[in-house]
Amino acid sequence: MNEKLKTPELAAVEVDVEGGDLSRSDVILKGALAAGAIYGSTMVSPFVRRALAMSESGDVGILNFALTLEYLEAKFYEEAKSRAKASGELKSLVNLLAEDEQQHVEALAATVKKLGGKPVAEPKFNFDYSDTAGFLKLAQTFEDTGVSAYNGAGPMIKSKEVLAAAGGIVQVEARHAAAIRLQNKEEPAPAAFDSPLGEKQVLKAVEPFIV
Amino acid sequence: MADIKQLKDPVSRRRFLAVGGGSTALAAFLAACGDDSGTTTNDTTAAMGSGGGASETAQFGKGDVGILNYALTLEYLETAFYADVVKSGLFKGAELETIRKFGREEAEHVQALTAAVKQLGGKPAPEPKAEFPLKSAKSVLELAGTVENLGAAAYLGQAANIQSPEVLASALAIHSVEGRHAAVLNTLLGESITPDGAFAKPADVKTVLKSVEPFLVG
Repeated sequence: MNEKLKTPELAAVEVDVEGGDLSRSDVILKGALAAGAIYGSTMVSPFVRRALAMSESGDVGILNFALTLEYLEAKFYEEAKSRAKASGELKSLVNLLAEDEQQHVEALAATVKKLGGKPVAEPKFNFDYSDTAGFLKLAQTFEDTGVSAYNGAGPMIKSKEVLAAAGGIVQVEARHAAAIRLQNKEEPAPAAFDSPLGEKQVLKAVEPFIV
Repeated sequence: MADIKQLKDPVSRRRFLAVGGGSTALAAFLAACGDDSGTTTNDTTAAMGSGGGASETAQFGKGDVGILNYALTLEYLETAFYADVVKSGLFKGAELETIRKFGREEAEHVQALTAAVKQLGGKPAPEPKAEFPLKSAKSVLELAGTVENLGAAAYLGQAANIQSPEVLASALAIHSVEGRHAAVLNTLLGESITPDGAFAKPADVKTVLKSVEPFLVG
């Protein structure tokens, strides 16, 4: 899988993960029964597989993974201010999202440092779009992916403080996702549950935009 | 490297003392918590669940069952609210479709939470009897906005208290949908999609229950 990675930063996050808390998977497997209640018994296996796909990286690794996603979003909206040809209501939305994502970047970097870790470096990004519609399509992908990435990582977080902080961020990502979907004339809340995504799936979604 | 105790008991940090048994009726709880309304709970403290070892949701059951039943009670109220709004005839077209969709999603949350409580060996909280003021489309949208923003904050307030990673995964999957609903309603109302700024704030149990109290009947 590392061969497929174009980004040394994300690979570094994965390497970091090696010494992590392996016991977590055991806990999750034991909880599979409970998951059946929520997702329906036929969905237990894929759900557990998804949850386990997130590397057992410890809180610093998870935070650095989230930080990479927030770098991507922050850069994307910062650029969009001049590239997305947005006007009126959408222009205000772009400014708001740029500001929120930048605050997420700063908060996550600060939390990594507080835990004694080293914030991952900001990758270089390349966003391929030429008009407002192209921008909105990418924005929807990034926001929906962000929500599912946080939801997938949540149960791996050990510190209550980190979990509460991540929860405060993911709800804002969900609000962004809904607002962008409204702009795209799509269902703002397409399903009753925002299913979790594992690390590999998230990487797959964002890889094309990292150079 | 990892410390051994942690490996043996990886959920210990999330473990808190679950006090009290059985599920007290919501109304009785509300009456009881009216007595110490002078106390304000700090948002952060609530989010961390550091209430001196006592569970905020003990009135709804022990541990995760209590948290799930608390969420179930709120989802029952949301479901009933949207059903009444649909019946009211105040909305048409796209807005009505949005309300129907949100109502269906809340009903799915009710089903999932009920099943989860049973799966954990608990008794699902009863559906509260509720009445909602349905005077005008505008006032209904405002109430919907209040309810959804509060619902999202309620889940956020409990996330760090949940012991089971599976229950947490499920609560998170619902939490962000409540956030989506809240953003849509805020948009319809011409309000900010992120009223708390870049970081959503949690709400503690007492605040949430006080806010829904006016709609409970009997």
